[in-house]
Amino acid sequence: MASLRDIQSKINSTKKTKQITNAMQMVSASKLTRAEQNAKAFVPYSEKMQEVVSQIAASGDATHPMLQTRAVKKTGYLVITADRGLAGGYNNNVIREVYRTIQHQHTSTDEYTVIAAGRFGRDFFKKNNLPIAKEIIGLPDQPDFADIKQIASEAVEMFLEEEIDELVLFYNHFNSAISQEVTSQKLLPLTDITPESGRSVQSMYEFEPDAEGILKVLLPQYAESLIYGALLDAKASEHAARMTAMRAATDNANERIDDLTLTFNRARQAAITQEISEIVGGAAALQS
Amino acid sequence: MSTVTTSIVTPDGPVLEADYEMVSCTAENGELGILPGHIPLVAPLKVSSVRLQIKGRTDYVAVSGGFLEVRPDRITILAQTAESAADIDVDRAEQAKKRAEKRLQDKQANLDQIRAEQALNRAINRLEVASHSR
Repeated sequence: MASLRDIQSKINSTKKTKQITNAMQMVSASKLTRAEQNAKAFVPYSEKMQEVVSQIAASGDATHPMLQTRAVKKTGYLVITADRGLAGGYNNNVIREVYRTIQHQHTSTDEYTVIAAGRFGRDFFKKNNLPIAKEIIGLPDQPDFADIKQIASEAVEMFLEEEIDELVLFYNHFNSAISQEVTSQKLLPLTDITPESGRSVQSMYEFEPDAEGILKVLLPQYAESLIYGALLDAKASEHAARMTAMRAATDNANERIDDLTLTFNRARQAAITQEISEIVGGAAALQS
Repeated sequence: MSTVTTSIVTPDGPVLEADYEMVSCTAENGELGILPGHIPLVAPLKVSSVRLQIKGRTDYVAVSGGFLEVRPDRITILAQTAESAADIDVDRAEQAKKRAEKRLQDKQANLDQIRAEQALNRAINRLEVASHSR
């Protein structure tokens, strides 16, 4: 059995770990609140954008390359991960899903390319020699639109210049504070924009200069806003995942401290008992 | 005088929502002045200032990457960035302007050139709008 002092030092170190995980849990909890607020602030913009884009697209006579499906020679995967670990399965789940999809769908590295947002994803793809077209790391915990703007517009440009023929988004969707699931979303071409039925008659727009000219400006912005929306969603998931992971770690630390304390007390008692019996034995030997 | 509810929305949240008598802005094709009761209209906006008039007062907002959606009772401006005159950080805009000018001078790849020009545009626009707040 380990000595009393060994056990004591184990207890102390576990207590310190617990303090840290506990603090990290609280930090993540407050970041999660902020992230949820950010996501909420984004809703009016995205809803309005969706409404206008779908109405213009539904008016029918306007076409744009971003609305048209073409033969897929090369697929772009935009993968959103975190920069840091300690978030449970957050990063691994996304990466595994992307990797499986790639293995399943493609036979050579010419058929796809990865756009990595987040250090974990980038490192993984680099290590496994998968082609990375673009990367962005060091995204803040509460990203602004300006933070993601550049990589979003570059991704859209790649599609417009036919470097890639479709763009698929992989990220953790935020269901609730305890549940996040890996989601893949086909972003480009924009095929599923349809207006909510029944209200298209009411607002037929005049276009200035014309529908096509507007689509040209609007669709890239729309795609960029979708990417930003996914990033906000992913960030909320990241904080939630980290919070859950840290809570689990704190619980485990508590359990371990209890176990160790029990062992410590047993060992202490055993030592006392032994001492007493030694004294009694010694005294008895003197008397006889 | 009748008014029209106007809101300016960005991905980072709504910037402004209030009633105005007239909204003027610069679309790709030129100046637009919108009064209440305008027919539904959609138009992309340049990097420019939006001027909103109410009771003899004019509010200025700098927008970039935006477009205008008009309905008879409602005007919505969706922009990638939008800042009202009072919120603009003049020092930062000055710095951005200097940076962009410097980048324009040492000629590099084409793409950088375009980006620098856009950045310069935005900075000038911000400074222009900010000058109205004083």
